[in-house]
Amino acid sequence: MRNKFTTLQSTVVPLPIENIDTDQIIPARFLKATTREGFGENLFRDWRYDNNGEPKADFVMNNATYKGEILVAGKNFGCGSSREHAAWAIDGAGFRAVVSSFFADIFRNNALNNGLLPVTVSEEMLAEIFKAVEANPATTLKIDLSEQTIEIEGQPMKEKFDITPYKKQCLMNGYDDVDYLVSIHEEIENYENER
Amino acid sequence: MNTLFDKIWDAHTVRMLDGASCVLYIDRQYIHEVTSPQAFAGLRRRGIGVFRPEQVTASPDHNIPTQNQHLPISEPQSAEQVATLERNCAENNITIFPIGSERNGIIHVIGPQTGLTQPGMTIVCGDSHTSTHGALGCVAFGIGTSEVEMALASQCILQSKPKSMRINVEGELREGVCSKDIILYIISKLGTGGGTGHFVEFAGSAIRSLSMEARMTICNMSIEMGARGGMIAPDEVTFEYLKGREFAPKGEEWDKAVERWKSLKSEDDAIFDKEETFDAADIEPMITYGTNPGMGIAINAEIPSAEGLDEASKASFDKALAYMGFNAGEKMAGKRVDYVFVGSCTNGRIEDLRAFAHFVKGRKKADSVTAWIVPGSKEVERMAIEEGLRDILQEAGFELRQPGCSACLAMNDDKIPAGKYCVATSNRNFEGRQGPDARTLLAGPLVAAAAAVTGVVTDPRELM
Repeated sequence: MRNKFTTLQSTVVPLPIENIDTDQIIPARFLKATTREGFGENLFRDWRYDNNGEPKADFVMNNATYKGEILVAGKNFGCGSSREHAAWAIDGAGFRAVVSSFFADIFRNNALNNGLLPVTVSEEMLAEIFKAVEANPATTLKIDLSEQTIEIEGQPMKEKFDITPYKKQCLMNGYDDVDYLVSIHEEIENYENER
Repeated sequence: MNTLFDKIWDAHTVRMLDGASCVLYIDRQYIHEVTSPQAFAGLRRRGIGVFRPEQVTASPDHNIPTQNQHLPISEPQSAEQVATLERNCAENNITIFPIGSERNGIIHVIGPQTGLTQPGMTIVCGDSHTSTHGALGCVAFGIGTSEVEMALASQCILQSKPKSMRINVEGELREGVCSKDIILYIISKLGTGGGTGHFVEFAGSAIRSLSMEARMTICNMSIEMGARGGMIAPDEVTFEYLKGREFAPKGEEWDKAVERWKSLKSEDDAIFDKEETFDAADIEPMITYGTNPGMGIAINAEIPSAEGLDEASKASFDKALAYMGFNAGEKMAGKRVDYVFVGSCTNGRIEDLRAFAHFVKGRKKADSVTAWIVPGSKEVERMAIEEGLRDILQEAGFELRQPGCSACLAMNDDKIPAGKYCVATSNRNFEGRQGPDARTLLAGPLVAAAAAVTGVVTDPRELM
């Protein structure tokens, strides 16, 4: 049973870079663990720390002005490797949602399977969010999963976002897919016998 | 719906959940040491076993050294990950091809090579380059570890059906152009998100003319344009490649299988959600200049500028060039190369080693270049030795290493040092992919060979 996701209201960490691949989110050399824990420390490792492990001052996660449970990133977020460690790292660093105008397929599935909500917004809304956060880092976003809406607090801009009905149910109720698939073993066996 | 993709996907749909999600049956699952341990841990936590262990095959590949494989792995975490895979397979009756054994290799090389991968199948693996297997006419795609756990627990995953896309490459390829150039060219045109949400069928006379292994290179990199997977309809080339392989059907079963596989094609009136056509004659030897596989150009072309891009894209483009130490308007040809890496699931098969070896035969590696030639599997290594390729390589100053993923993602010791330039036949030039601050230039085996003997980016046709 996972944590249930209903609504989320939070300030954001803005990362206005496009095509952020999962090698940037979590470099391969940190994939040697056999558990799901501990990846958050190495989220964006090579952007966040220099070769001596010192925080890079110009990276947003090292800037105390920006914090929150929502990561906002440029389009084509999560492209490249299928490593679910990327979703674990984002989750492990305390984020509960990622907002972008375009997500890579495998990353989106991995995020959903870990209760991390990927929210796809229009290019215009993404630009608005970056602009609003730049003007005022205390800007908050409000995400309502049940209504499938996202809005910038105090601004008229509000959008609907897509999620499949099944995945929405999973997130809202904290279900996971393995439990469901095991519950239909008999049907799967029937399929095997009939093909 | 009568595309090849629809036929296979629909035949494997156990049930629909809502308008979009379905339970998809998986014929074959491949696993490796990096993305499976948490899945097995999940099964243990739930107190359940592997549903169909005979449909799962394992090979350690990502994390293993490419030298002295007879010795224990010296890096403790890598050793632990490989040992965990072995333990999980033993506990769950899963076939594993251990390090050093004759069937070991990169999972996407050994699947086709052993005949485990067959037309019409659904195949998953916790690795995005699972798309490689689509070259044999299957629906094969990469998944995350939660989905690895689903497939282990039920031989099914929950998935939304991707849209369909066809990419046609028509006409004759120019001399000195290989399949890596085709796919780098396509990605440079469509971008790294050009296939996102879609499953791609590659078609057209130029694709048909390719060998089985060359087709694998194309499908392998379909993920680099964001596609869920890539596939090519099986034909005589496919059947000829598979016939007699260890796990391919035999005798009467073979004949029946081929009969069945012949129906695996998109119908003439098939409608794709998206379709693109390219002229093979426009494709030249390619190389990348930036930090994603879409940033590729013909080897004699100039690095483009950010002009015409919107503000957000421009910043990302400039960031990429700054990382690479390049400027817009510069030519790639003539740029210094410090390392050459030949290998990976993209270009680590015997035909790649042959192409490289034949090119360097009678030439010498440039003194300034460090080269790693890494076969994709133990079988590729064996063939390279038997065919005399290793001798040719040694004569030219190159060493043939042992199989593994190696410098493609640098999880083992094969790391490119910070700031150095590496021409790599692998699939990703992301920042730090081959080691922190390493700079990767993606290319095919011929461009790699030309760089290895000259020490600079060189059009291989000038030396042919």
